[in-house]
Amino acid sequence: MSSRPTLDYRAKSHLPYFAYACHRFSGLLLACFIPLHFLMLSQSLRGAEGFEASLKLTDFWVFKFGEWALVVLLAVHLAGGVRLLIIEFGPWNGLRKGWIQISILFAIVCGLLFLYFAN
Amino acid sequence: MSQAVLQAKLWYAQRISAMVLGVCVAIHLAIIFYAIRGGLTAQEILGRTQGNLGFAIFYEIFVLACFVHAPIGVANILQENIPQAGMTKPISWLLALLILILGTTAVIGLYTGGAI
Repeated sequence: MSSRPTLDYRAKSHLPYFAYACHRFSGLLLACFIPLHFLMLSQSLRGAEGFEASLKLTDFWVFKFGEWALVVLLAVHLAGGVRLLIIEFGPWNGLRKGWIQISILFAIVCGLLFLYFAN
Repeated sequence: MSQAVLQAKLWYAQRISAMVLGVCVAIHLAIIFYAIRGGLTAQEILGRTQGNLGFAIFYEIFVLACFVHAPIGVANILQENIPQAGMTKPISWLLALLILILGTTAVIGLYTGGAI
């Protein structure tokens, strides 16, 4: 597919479009973050001390906020992805709008759990 | 391979990898919540991962599923939004290689603790 149709506001002003946009946005940000995350974890090849020195570099509030945001994005993408798989592979059963609310709630719960467990 | 057949195969590859990732991400989130209590230190992380073959296999499966899933998603976004830029293949392949190489290096590092 080399082009996409132009959508006016009516095609975008409903909850499933919001779910689609959240899934895209979270997926794109996670794709950008994953190589950096692996780069950080691969510092463990330098042994415990080298790894600790790399971990210390992320000891700023900006990184802490980023970690929280990434956990929320991961939860959003997971819940949204499970919803898509159910829509695509599961038996048809009503409009299934409830899955979007469940996805949002799941992401909020994960964000709060992270804040609860983190220092 | 025709474009339509390739798209169908990529669609299935992304869905099958999504099913694997669904399980992996749920377990990973649980591990995150467990691990962040009291802060993260290298010693603590390596204490859990070093020499732990089950951990290494689980995370390598996670890496391989990411290697399949993320580049296809990024390719879809690029192709739908900026098809004329010709960036779809180079960027998605670059992302795939970064995930595979850095991810596997991370798994080896965490399993060995640098003692290779």
